[in-house]
Amino acid sequence: MTTTTKQTLSHLDWLESEAIHIMREVAGQCSNPVLLFSGGKDSICMLRIAEKAFRPGKFPFPLMHIDTGHNYKEVTDFRDKRAAELGERLIVRSVEESMKRGTVVLKSPDESRNKHQSVTLLEAIEEFGFDACLGGARRDEEKARAKERIFSFRDEFGQWDPKNQRPELWDLYNARSFKGENIRVFPISNWTEFDVWQYIEREKLELPSIYYAHTRPIVVRNGGLQPVTDVTPARPDEKIEEMLVRFRTVGDITCTAPVLSDADTIEKIIAETATTTITERGATRLDDQTSEASMEQRKKEGYF
Amino acid sequence: MTTTNTTATIDHGLLRFLTCGSVDDGKSTLIGRLLYDTKAILADTLTAIEKTSKKRGMEAVDLSLLTDGLQAEREQGITIDVAYRYFTTGTRKYIIADAPGHEQYTRNMVTAASTADLAVILIDARKGVLTQTRRHSYLTHLVNIPHLVVAVNKMDLVDYSKDVFDKIMADYLEFAAKLGIEDVHFIPMSALNGDMVVERGDQLDWYQGPTLLELLETANTSHIEHAEDFRFPVQYVCRPQDSANPELHDYRGFMGRVESGRIAIGDAITVLPSGLESRVKDIRLLDDSLPEAFAEQSITLLLEDEIDISRGDMIVKSGELPTVTKHIDAMLCWLSETPLDPRRKYLIRHTTRDSKAMLAGIDFRMDINALGKQTAEKLVMNDIAKVSLKLAQPIFVDPYAQNRSTGAFIVIDESTNNTVGAGMIL
Repeated sequence: MTTTTKQTLSHLDWLESEAIHIMREVAGQCSNPVLLFSGGKDSICMLRIAEKAFRPGKFPFPLMHIDTGHNYKEVTDFRDKRAAELGERLIVRSVEESMKRGTVVLKSPDESRNKHQSVTLLEAIEEFGFDACLGGARRDEEKARAKERIFSFRDEFGQWDPKNQRPELWDLYNARSFKGENIRVFPISNWTEFDVWQYIEREKLELPSIYYAHTRPIVVRNGGLQPVTDVTPARPDEKIEEMLVRFRTVGDITCTAPVLSDADTIEKIIAETATTTITERGATRLDDQTSEASMEQRKKEGYF
Repeated sequence: MTTTNTTATIDHGLLRFLTCGSVDDGKSTLIGRLLYDTKAILADTLTAIEKTSKKRGMEAVDLSLLTDGLQAEREQGITIDVAYRYFTTGTRKYIIADAPGHEQYTRNMVTAASTADLAVILIDARKGVLTQTRRHSYLTHLVNIPHLVVAVNKMDLVDYSKDVFDKIMADYLEFAAKLGIEDVHFIPMSALNGDMVVERGDQLDWYQGPTLLELLETANTSHIEHAEDFRFPVQYVCRPQDSANPELHDYRGFMGRVESGRIAIGDAITVLPSGLESRVKDIRLLDDSLPEAFAEQSITLLLEDEIDISRGDMIVKSGELPTVTKHIDAMLCWLSETPLDPRRKYLIRHTTRDSKAMLAGIDFRMDINALGKQTAEKLVMNDIAKVSLKLAQPIFVDPYAQNRSTGAFIVIDESTNNTVGAGMIL
């Protein structure tokens, strides 16, 4: 006796179901995983997926944030609040601790700490003995990510080798690793920025306030918008302007720029995202524009 | 159930497709054209490829640069891996698996094909059906991709000739019949000029069929077309044992994804390997209780009876049992640079279940160019062979041709933890 399936999942339901399946595979295959949670929109979706994957049980992993010490307070406050609401354990490890230990050495005091997160992440992985890290990276963000596996093997130095990835067929994922090695797992690999915003709307997910249009002091530098903060002060010759902006992506203050926008609701953000002419990273990530291969290079050095 | 979508009134879900062909066939141009004409390319990306096109001395924007790869690939001048790309039409979301076409990348093509609902095989209209066309067709057939589209590209270089197109179609159908390929669509196309990709163009009036995008928009996913048995491999068991909440004290949720078929509250089920029977008490998705669930949904099943079930077990409908076996015949694609060693034991992963396995014999190896059968003592990377395997634990299987989830397995080398083989059960 067989039946024919007539229904099809909507694209968001399909993406959600795939992500839940991936998280449960991590829980089933790995002995000590962790979920990287920054308070950003992608990792907020990840937490929602984790709820759908594991409730009414506890998450089978703690949450962890690698804090550069240069994050917007609205975001780190949100991070702490969300973890508390969920009743899940949050680990925070900071690049500043690595600097004190001497394992991170900045070339100059104003060098961005963003890429140094890799060092702190690897130290935290070793400290806790994590065998898998769940991250919210997406393949549409960047061409190195477009070729990365959902279960991405990293050696003892955290390195990604694009030429030697494990074949990944059907939905049969291989999360096996030896002690000291690590698997990075990206459950929302197949989501686009637009999918993320649609999901946030559908699930009514709360976001840090700076994702919505707000006024803040800005200088225009190299054609981009640079928020004026304690970490990123205006230079003497620059004119500070109050601008109405929002962040499409949040991260280290020194390398994340906002976009001009009056979108103060999720509906307006979705409408804007549907008609934007600039990619998410193109608009907002100052670190990816340094060279064509900078993400690929950072991943080879242990980055998410 | 949370299936409402507030931003689009129609949602035909998601279609995954594969493009096969080499750079020379215009594969990158085709993908670039699809992304460009569906407005998936944003202005800054376009500006970047305009710059590169100019730098390389080209007059028009080279859309193939949109799929330009990694530094590691440019250094070697080759494409080394599958890249995934995304676009949406507003009614459907698409995932393109862009696989390199050369012979040494059979394993990449099999990888990309394993999750595809549809394959587009590119043929250069000037060259017709080539060895690689046969190879790509064999592989898409082996991996059982439900829909096959043959795009006869570069029609602009043969004066959009219907005769050329008809000849290629006849040639193709002749060898496809030998492989047992039945359902094929042919589209004449110029990806360079955009004819019959998204727009019809005005050069191919003699062709009355759908454009490529029209085909993509209406293609069904495999689960819709075939009657399927219910298969639910258990991924994880939820036992909260929350002392503060007496309701959860006896909670046992069996978590997994419906791989095929459907299940409703009240249905009689059988658990494998124990053979114990019960009924479905509830189907949960977070706070929602679903009256029924169907293929590709990740859910939590609650049963009427307290049965001991763990990861690796499978819940099926009573009366729809799969084959329980410790011996399988399969088509095996070897993926590793280290050849298959017939004396060694490997690990098999099938659904959520692992078992040690040993090669019992190699029936034949496929010559994927001539499509003939050869005898073989060992298997090296990119070989495809019919093998038989002995397993230490029973697995619960259906023939791959009927069920891609319960018919597929991967082979893992425990000494490296690498995935070294991909198998399809006969």
